[in-house]
Amino acid sequence: MSALLEVDGLTVGYGAAPVLHDVSLTVEPGQIVAVLGANGAGKTTLLRALSGLLPPTRGRVVFDGADLRGIRVERMVRHGIAHVPEGRGVVTELTVDENLRLGGLWRKPQPSLAPIYELFPRLAERRGHLGHQLSGGERQMLALGRALAAQPRLLLLDEPSLGLAPRVTAQIMALLRDLRDRTGLAVLLVEQNVRSALSIADQGIVLSLGRIAARDDAAALADDADLRHAYLGF
Amino acid sequence: MTALKDRVTARMVAPASRRRLNPYLVVAVGAALVVALTYTLPPFRTYQLATIGAYLCVTAGLTVLTGLNGQLSLGHGALMATGAYTLALWQNKFNLLAVGIVVAMLVTTAAGLIIGLAAARLRGPYLAGLTLAVAVVVPSITSTFDETFNSDQGLSVVLNPPPESMTVEQWQAWLCWAGALVTVLALALITRGRFGRDMRAVRDDETAAKLAGISIARTQVWTFVISAACAGLGGALFAVLAQSVSPGAFPLTLSLFLLMAIVIGGLGRLSGALIGAFLLVALPALAHEIGEASGSQRLEGNLALTFFGVVLVVVMLAAPGGLASLRVPRSWRPSHTTRKKKH
Amino acid sequence: MDRFLFLTFDGLSRGAVYAAFALALVLIWRATRIVNFAQGAMAVATAYVGYSVADATGSYWLGFAVAVLAGLLLGAGVERVVMRFVDHSSPLNGVVVALGLVLIIQGVLGMIYGNEFRPAEAPFSRDAFNIGGVALLSRYDVFVFAAVGAVVVLLTLLFTRTPTGLRMRAAAFAPDVSRLLGVPVGGMLTLGWALAAAVGSLAGMLVIPTELGLHPTAMDVLFISAFTAAVLGGLDSPIGAVIGGLIVGLVLSYISGYLGATVAPMAVLALLVVVLLGRPDGLFARSKARTA
Repeated sequence: MSALLEVDGLTVGYGAAPVLHDVSLTVEPGQIVAVLGANGAGKTTLLRALSGLLPPTRGRVVFDGADLRGIRVERMVRHGIAHVPEGRGVVTELTVDENLRLGGLWRKPQPSLAPIYELFPRLAERRGHLGHQLSGGERQMLALGRALAAQPRLLLLDEPSLGLAPRVTAQIMALLRDLRDRTGLAVLLVEQNVRSALSIADQGIVLSLGRIAARDDAAALADDADLRHAYLGF
Repeated sequence: MTALKDRVTARMVAPASRRRLNPYLVVAVGAALVVALTYTLPPFRTYQLATIGAYLCVTAGLTVLTGLNGQLSLGHGALMATGAYTLALWQNKFNLLAVGIVVAMLVTTAAGLIIGLAAARLRGPYLAGLTLAVAVVVPSITSTFDETFNSDQGLSVVLNPPPESMTVEQWQAWLCWAGALVTVLALALITRGRFGRDMRAVRDDETAAKLAGISIARTQVWTFVISAACAGLGGALFAVLAQSVSPGAFPLTLSLFLLMAIVIGGLGRLSGALIGAFLLVALPALAHEIGEASGSQRLEGNLALTFFGVVLVVVMLAAPGGLASLRVPRSWRPSHTTRKKKH
Repeated sequence: MDRFLFLTFDGLSRGAVYAAFALALVLIWRATRIVNFAQGAMAVATAYVGYSVADATGSYWLGFAVAVLAGLLLGAGVERVVMRFVDHSSPLNGVVVALGLVLIIQGVLGMIYGNEFRPAEAPFSRDAFNIGGVALLSRYDVFVFAAVGAVVVLLTLLFTRTPTGLRMRAAAFAPDVSRLLGVPVGGMLTLGWALAAAVGSLAGMLVIPTELGLHPTAMDVLFISAFTAAVLGGLDSPIGAVIGGLIVGLVLSYISGYLGATVAPMAVLALLVVVLLGRPDGLFARSKARTA
């Protein structure tokens, strides 16, 4: 099977100083790849570069056989890439329903939101509430649901556990695995919460100071005590 | 606390303390130059020279307000009108020019204090909107109190003839440039002292300035008052130059012209104010000549208007960072754009 | 009492125009955090175009339609050509550029049409007709209410009921997130400016026959009133702009009616000062200090 996402030699910088050096990775369809590393390792930059928010200075990103160079951010979702940004990016001035509709707006005809509400019954209850009235967990579900409404093939997920109670984090991780199993969704998961991420990931990549420091099966990474101490802090 | 304040403000404006021209020397050379010019230029050019001097009073005060303190005022045309009308009323009653000019400045300063007090609580577009309202509304006051201000016709200004050894134009040029040079000297001394540092500190980062013990509101109000006094002086000189005052001489576009002049001249520099004042006289004169050459009356004033507008827009779009980058020296603002970056 | 009623209706009619114009300001402010100080000049420019067409063809309605259409195009053009390239690090940059546009537009209008007031005919009688023995409002007032009401209803429908409206709101509130969701944010901005300018043009067409006529600076005072209305409503709130417009209209109508028309401009200034210093967040604002 050919890779869904192929990143080759990606280098990204703000101004003169590169934040990401020569990063290569692949994501297969239906695979969950966890990107781990300390603050400032370049995890968020990697996702922003993949979705086109930051133009890479070097390197190639191929998605489903198509080179993504020069594709505008607002076209990415049409290629099947959905990016849930750090801090979730719920539009707080819009209602839950409007946020969700926004996710599938580019599709013609617009998809029904019923499956999303089925997936997140809590959102259905709060359908008419404004984004800023939601709790952190609800916002994360909303951001996730909105991304899924676009029916993507690859989900770029930035720190979904940030600020959430462990129970809620566990729910979201379980949901991701379930989605992958049912729909073949591929996920590139950036996380500080290493344990949670590795618990559902197939593969793990460790970034350190903008370079790939290690990559392995998730289970192997979780067992590698030296690596955990050196880069992941547990 | 004071030590911290000194350190913080000194860091903020460090490059400003590099060697600069001695302001007394500059003013002395300027005075000599003006005197020399008034004996060499033809009368009309001397009159234009006088006009530049009158404009310089206003642009110098405005560039300090906007460039050094970061407050945008679109109301300076109205403040000029205040000074001009005060002088006209005074002259027609007492005919004592020297006192009249001081009174005009005082009255305008009082008006500036009122606007400044409001302005210190406002930022960005709100301040712009308020001062714009002042610029639009103040000329209409002449109709509200038409018995005093004689509505759209305005007032003529009683003036004694100049000393016998001088022409009217020479006398006007001397008067206006005396005002302009005193203004420039005063502003140069104020802005290089502690108050100047406070002004810049408030402009660059209000929170940091506040932490350093600078009173934001007081700094802003004082700056506004100072620049209002300058505008009052300029307005009074204009009344002398034109020997009349009318609301039509102080439209909104005058305020916009003043803004354009300091932006193009280089925001926050007194030399920029001079360039701006020169442009305010030269560009309309140029437009006037083009208008006459083409024989179209409609072209005359409007060509200058259009030209000013185009230059303003082009300068703003061409300068990366907009207004901030037009300030000099540029090294004052290195961190502003990088600060927001995250990854 | 009759006079009070008359002034009330007159104030509501003026206020409806302020409301439309304030709405135009709010649309652009929400989307770009720029107060479009060129809005008045842009509206005058399109009104000149509209009346030129009306004079040439003899049809007011054709001129009216052309003016609104010209507003759409001018708004889109201003956004595409100028405003898109304004640096947003300081809110003053947008203000200064808009003022530059004011100079350009007023200069060009003066060159083409001259700086005299040109009479502008109203399409309906401005004489008040009697309702129950009291002269309250004119046919023209009714037209103003209908036109502004239609604009408010159409904009509400656009923003709350259509996908494009949802896109526009999302793009205004959260541009980066919206792009990730496939919303062409740049296009939404252009559309927002176009719509706002068209609404401004409509307000201009409505107000100019009630004033001295066409002049390059004809909208200066109206702009101040509308700005006051928008600030009163909170600058972020379309509903606030409409209510603010009506309030400003009423206040000015009573003041002109009881104290004399020449006091009205000063009253606007006083009202603006009171609003800015007294209700710094507008009547209906939830958050955000006046420092934006």
